[in-house]
Amino acid sequence: MTPDLLRLTDVTIEFGSPKKPIRVVEGVSFSIGRGESVGLVGESGSGKSVTSLAIMRLIGGRVVQGRIEFEGRNLLDLPASALPEIRGRDIAMIFQEPMSSLNPLMTVGDQIGEALLLHGWRDRTKRRERTIEMLRLVGIPNAEGRLGAYPHQFSGGMRQRVMIAMAVACEPKLLIADEPTTALDVTIQAQVLDLMKTVRRELGMAILLISHDLGVIADVCERVVVMYAGRVVEEADIRTILTRPQHPYTRGLLRSVPRRGHEAERLYQIPGSVPPAGSIRQGCPFRDRCELAVSRCAEEMPPMFRFGPSQSAACWVTAAAEGVTQAGAAA
Amino acid sequence: MTRYIVVRLLDAIPTVLLVLTLVFIAMRILPGDPAVAALGDFATPEQREAFREKMGLNAPLWQQYLTFVVNSLTLDFGASMMNGRDVLGLIAYNLPYTIELTIASVLLGVLIGVPFGVWAATNPNRAPDSAMRGFSLIGYAVPDFYLGALLLIVFSLNLGWFPINGGGEGFLDRMHHVFLPALTLAFIKAAFLGRLTRTALLEVLGRDYIRTARAKGAREPRVIYRHGLRNALLPLTTGLGLTTLTALSGSVAIELVFNRPGLGKLLISAIAERDYAVIQGGIVVFALFVVAINLAMDLAYVLVDPRIRVS
Repeated sequence: MTPDLLRLTDVTIEFGSPKKPIRVVEGVSFSIGRGESVGLVGESGSGKSVTSLAIMRLIGGRVVQGRIEFEGRNLLDLPASALPEIRGRDIAMIFQEPMSSLNPLMTVGDQIGEALLLHGWRDRTKRRERTIEMLRLVGIPNAEGRLGAYPHQFSGGMRQRVMIAMAVACEPKLLIADEPTTALDVTIQAQVLDLMKTVRRELGMAILLISHDLGVIADVCERVVVMYAGRVVEEADIRTILTRPQHPYTRGLLRSVPRRGHEAERLYQIPGSVPPAGSIRQGCPFRDRCELAVSRCAEEMPPMFRFGPSQSAACWVTAAAEGVTQAGAAA
Repeated sequence: MTRYIVVRLLDAIPTVLLVLTLVFIAMRILPGDPAVAALGDFATPEQREAFREKMGLNAPLWQQYLTFVVNSLTLDFGASMMNGRDVLGLIAYNLPYTIELTIASVLLGVLIGVPFGVWAATNPNRAPDSAMRGFSLIGYAVPDFYLGALLLIVFSLNLGWFPINGGGEGFLDRMHHVFLPALTLAFIKAAFLGRLTRTALLEVLGRDYIRTARAKGAREPRVIYRHGLRNALLPLTTGLGLTTLTALSGSVAIELVFNRPGLGKLLISAIAERDYAVIQGGIVVFALFVVAINLAMDLAYVLVDPRIRVS
């Protein structure tokens, strides 16, 4: 087996003062292979964005435990001065808000060009050619003529295309996309997702797609990591997640996706809301909203049980029902 | 963009007219008789009447107003009532000193205030930030005439590094003369600009596009200056305009303290002598100056913000 491109092991992140820390992410482990596309799904406040920003080391919080290894190197051990070389070249990121994520005072040509310049593209003419090539790749009409345009002259969808062009200009090995389509119209969403698939195919990079929308993830990703209240609760390939989810939370998420032919029915919603960060001290964080919860759930946090070659989930009840006893993450 | 500039220029016209009207009204409702002020208490009623006739003070008010506006717009302010010298000539002699003081103080204020503000904003709630807060508090609290006198005593009287009064002759000498008064005004400006830079930059550094810049591998100096400070320039431009205006009004007191020529000093002595022609001319030029600075500010926005330029 080829070594993983990115491997997170037992990552725990705290915010607030060191004396009164608030744990936002706890013991998160998952990995991404070369060229693989992985989805990170969860509600708002589940810690998925914080986790992704931690990979880029762009968070205000502290990673107090664990390892984030990229090509075998622990990113958490690197001095701050070494990060700019990795950001944008090895790992690039696009964000949720295309309207505010571009510098309003710089032309899009300059902003894409800057990404290139920062990673060794000294030659001005080559940089310009590459920028045009990237704008064409992301489907911006009249790419050459748009080099000197400012972000405010683009629509939201077009800006997200510019963001993608900027992120992939240096052909990163991993592209992290944090809710890239959430702020966009549904029709534009589909276009941007298609674009991400195209870009991935053309450039052969891995993608970590963060979304609260399983539909979006199913469209792009091969594998899914489900997060709840700062923990990974289930991990499996996309087919297995959609057909045989094992964690009650994943089942709830699937039931709350609107389906064609069922419009007349009231859409399912998981009762309650995500517990505030740091409020869970003991047991399974989902137990208060869980239909299957038993007394053990309040006492002990379930480990990740191995349900199959590519599936693991952290639930006492479903593990017992399936007769699964072996703990450990999916391969 | 041309449209924007034309609109701004046209906008300035009513402002200028309004200013002229206000000056005209203010001069008419001022207590005291210009004839008495000019000729003294012992002039005969006939002499006074002749003076009024000559100065056009007997004409109907609307006619006086029209004459005043037309004369002002052609920069014809008449002659000083005290010594008969041409008012425009007096202003032309004094104005460069005030402009020189204004430019020098704004430059010094920017050079001190902006880097200080950047330093504070990049170290929020730490020592540099506290230092900035203390500095701006003092800057706001200390009156300029007091600070000016203090600097004058220490650096001119005691240490003898700078001249005590006057405006100087020749470029270097003039720079030597303008330094202390400019520093006095700059101190207050630096306090204001520093605080403004800190607030604006701190806000900008929290924006999404700053995170984008870091995510594509920009190092901190580039993030702060190219992405941060450039965006913070928008509020800073406004602040710069405001502080230039206060430099003008501040020059009135400072020119007195340092006993240097200038529009402020000219005005103060004209007011003391009730030299209406000089007061009128001085205020009009002052006001035109303010309008010009506002105009320059509007044009500066065009240079800084593409959203105004390209739409």
